[in-house]
Amino acid sequence: MNELLRRLLFLPDQASTFAYDLDQLHYFVIITTFFMSTAVGLTALVFFARYRRRSETQTTPHIEPPWWMEAGFVTVPLAFFLLWFFLGFHEFVRQQTPPSDAMDVYVMAKKWMWKFAYPDGPNSINVLRVPAGRNVRLLMTSRDVIHSFYVPEFRTKKDVLPGRYSQIWFNATTPGRYQILCAEYCGAGHSIMRGEVIVLKPQEYEDWLAQQKRGALASRQDGSPTEYDFAPPLGNLVEQGKRIAAEQGCLKCHSTDGTRHIGPTWLDLYRRREKLNDGTFVDADEAYLTESMMDPALKVVDGFQPVMPAFQGKISGPEVAALVEYIKSLQSDAVRTGPSEGPAYAPVRGR
Amino acid sequence: MRLSEADSPRLAGAAAPAAPSYLTDGTTVMSWLNTRDHKRIGVMFLAAVLFFFFIGGVFALALRIKLLQPGPFLVDALSYNRLFTLHGIVMIFLFLIPAIPSAFGNFLVPLMVGARDVAFPRLNLASFYIYVAGASLAIWGMLHGGADTGWTFYTPYSSTTPTQVFPILLAAFILGFSSILTGLNFIVTTHTMRAPGLNWMRLPLFVWGIYGTSIIQVLATPVLGITVLIVAVERVAGFGMFDPARGGDPVLFQHMFWFYSHPAVYIMILPAMGVISETVCAYSRKNPFGYKAIAMSSLGIAFVGFFTWGHHLFVAGQSTFDAGAFGILSMFVGVFTAIKVFNWVGTMYRGAIAFKTPMAYVCGFLYFIVFGGMTGIALATTSLDIHWHDTYFVVAHFHFIMVGASVMAFLAGLHYWFPKMFGKTYHEGFGLVAAALIILGFNATFIPQFLLGNEGMPRRYYQYPEHFQALNVASTAGATLLAFGFVIILVYLVIALGWGKQCEANPWGSKGFEWMTASPPSTHNFEEIPTITQMPHDYRTHEPPGVIRGT
Repeated sequence: MNELLRRLLFLPDQASTFAYDLDQLHYFVIITTFFMSTAVGLTALVFFARYRRRSETQTTPHIEPPWWMEAGFVTVPLAFFLLWFFLGFHEFVRQQTPPSDAMDVYVMAKKWMWKFAYPDGPNSINVLRVPAGRNVRLLMTSRDVIHSFYVPEFRTKKDVLPGRYSQIWFNATTPGRYQILCAEYCGAGHSIMRGEVIVLKPQEYEDWLAQQKRGALASRQDGSPTEYDFAPPLGNLVEQGKRIAAEQGCLKCHSTDGTRHIGPTWLDLYRRREKLNDGTFVDADEAYLTESMMDPALKVVDGFQPVMPAFQGKISGPEVAALVEYIKSLQSDAVRTGPSEGPAYAPVRGR
Repeated sequence: MRLSEADSPRLAGAAAPAAPSYLTDGTTVMSWLNTRDHKRIGVMFLAAVLFFFFIGGVFALALRIKLLQPGPFLVDALSYNRLFTLHGIVMIFLFLIPAIPSAFGNFLVPLMVGARDVAFPRLNLASFYIYVAGASLAIWGMLHGGADTGWTFYTPYSSTTPTQVFPILLAAFILGFSSILTGLNFIVTTHTMRAPGLNWMRLPLFVWGIYGTSIIQVLATPVLGITVLIVAVERVAGFGMFDPARGGDPVLFQHMFWFYSHPAVYIMILPAMGVISETVCAYSRKNPFGYKAIAMSSLGIAFVGFFTWGHHLFVAGQSTFDAGAFGILSMFVGVFTAIKVFNWVGTMYRGAIAFKTPMAYVCGFLYFIVFGGMTGIALATTSLDIHWHDTYFVVAHFHFIMVGASVMAFLAGLHYWFPKMFGKTYHEGFGLVAAALIILGFNATFIPQFLLGNEGMPRRYYQYPEHFQALNVASTAGATLLAFGFVIILVYLVIALGWGKQCEANPWGSKGFEWMTASPPSTHNFEEIPTITQMPHDYRTHEPPGVIRGT
């Protein structure tokens, strides 16, 4: 019965401890709604047929409802609505109150990505790994505007506010991959601000966590020897840049194959002469590319909106270098044929 | 009731020889633009809101066509965001809010209370020009970039986005004054200008609906004005009221915005309920079943509607206690609506029902308001809202109320009062075909959206995961039917207006008070102010409503 109604109503899989209970109330409420609207509609249709006008001079009696009927009109719907309310609020309080044994994960949302940070070390972008069968509490905040963390299969959602923390908790029951959707409108990339919750079996989760810790230690910047030999290979700057571009969400707005998207394409961007929205031109060299990451609103290419967030303080120097190298590598035509135009910097404030 | 030969001269005689109808009393453009006649102002409002309904409808169709494809299609992300923002702003601020109160309300309230005009005719004209000014500014903003904030203007997005939010905010601010002045005018008119014998318990139910609406307009609109003004100042002068980067509180905006915008839903639906009360009685030829219950529930909705705004914030970060309080208060609004619905159905009991075009819309309205209203109560059921909040379920719910209920009532009123306003009749067969198409198309558009919401598709999505596509295509197919229905209406009403045959003063045999005078009425409405001796819609006798003429 549960399965039949769930499919009829197009509800997603029930993958958290909230989902089943919430769906039961959902069925009750929707069935009552269907019943009432059909009953009112049908009664009207029956009256249309039964009391159709028989002559153009027909008169009708003056009828007023007795008091008990008016009282019934009030109390019967009110009783139903209050029942819904109490059932619903009971569940709502449960969802609003994280259990004390929950494990915490920090969530940072910004245009247009999700960042997750675990207290024991690992960070991840757009992918949240949690163990099945364990209470998880998310402590969420936003860097820029309001976002909303929504996992339909968990039947849970909470707005993520800038300048404040909000919390949400769930207990995922079924291992699998579930989409995280942003449910609060946040601009051009709102609909592609998607992430993923990967629910792992408890042992798999422990293994993953241990591996992450090793990786984090191995890549420590101070060069001190690590306990383990394992470290993820870094690759050359272009490969690093490619990975950073994916992690930082650059590719959500910039294409690498020449198609027009929210931002200018990266294909052939290096040393391209770009027309800016104030009519002047700029040579897209290393300086311009770096400046555009740090303060994107300063020089906006004509035809695009200044919607890119500033990455000042969010990506380190070597990462910028890797990104620039990656952009330089994206050339449709490997051999440059035109003459070099030389650096074309405009003097900064007359200097 | 078609009036018998013996009756009609009494009615026709009231206006026929002496006074020309308001449509022919002065035919220059200036005589319209500078008029103080509430009927002409009502007709000008009607033309303006129909124009914006068309614009908003075109935006809606563009959105639906884009949503045929899950990926980028037809328009880019920013244009899509602007389109849904402008669809919302045009439909709410330029169509739905003024549609029934300013167009039909202006035309009918003085006729229904037996007055020669509204209490402040100049203010009434000012209200129209303020509306025109606000609408022009909104159009200017749309042509110069348009806003991409959604009609809700949530901060801090709206205080930081680089699009043209400022002119649109200012337009909403200006339009608010039009709304306040119209509301004020109706309150004073209802209190002071009623005809002799027309006590409050004989007031037509449409006037009760407009009266409740006017109270909300006068009390809630200033809060919207303040709110959008603060956002505007925040954008221009860097005022830190809502933007957390400047020490503000983004949730405060949501409280202030919904303090207006939830009652605003009742600004859009209460007059619609008034229209339905009139049409049900007229076509059922029956007194309103539970007159007092319908009248008082209008005031009840106007009052309780002020205390339910927090049900828009269940997942936005208000306290659990607040959520409970707002949840339970929202249940009461549902009860007031339920009372009305049962009484409308009761009105048909033992009536003499003529199934004319407006009655088809009434039938659709009853189904839509129960389904739309109860899904609203379901959304106010705190825990269910967690899954549904900001998904297509919400979109479907409020379109059931705004289009399914308000627009159906608007269309019912437009057909019922068309002969009253223009003295012409339209083609009944085309009317019924269009009504059937619209009701069918409406269901086909929005029932898939309820299911999309269940499935978890968030609103305002330019691109969506591919498993949502089938239902989106179904919804777009429905929207096409819906649009087709509206085109049919446009065609036959324009034909009726230009070439329709002159109708009698009271073609429906209605005993609503507005039919006491000629159709179309003369500039001063009545030869002499009538004395009211009975309830509206009293069909126990076969007397025309003209029996209540003065001594």
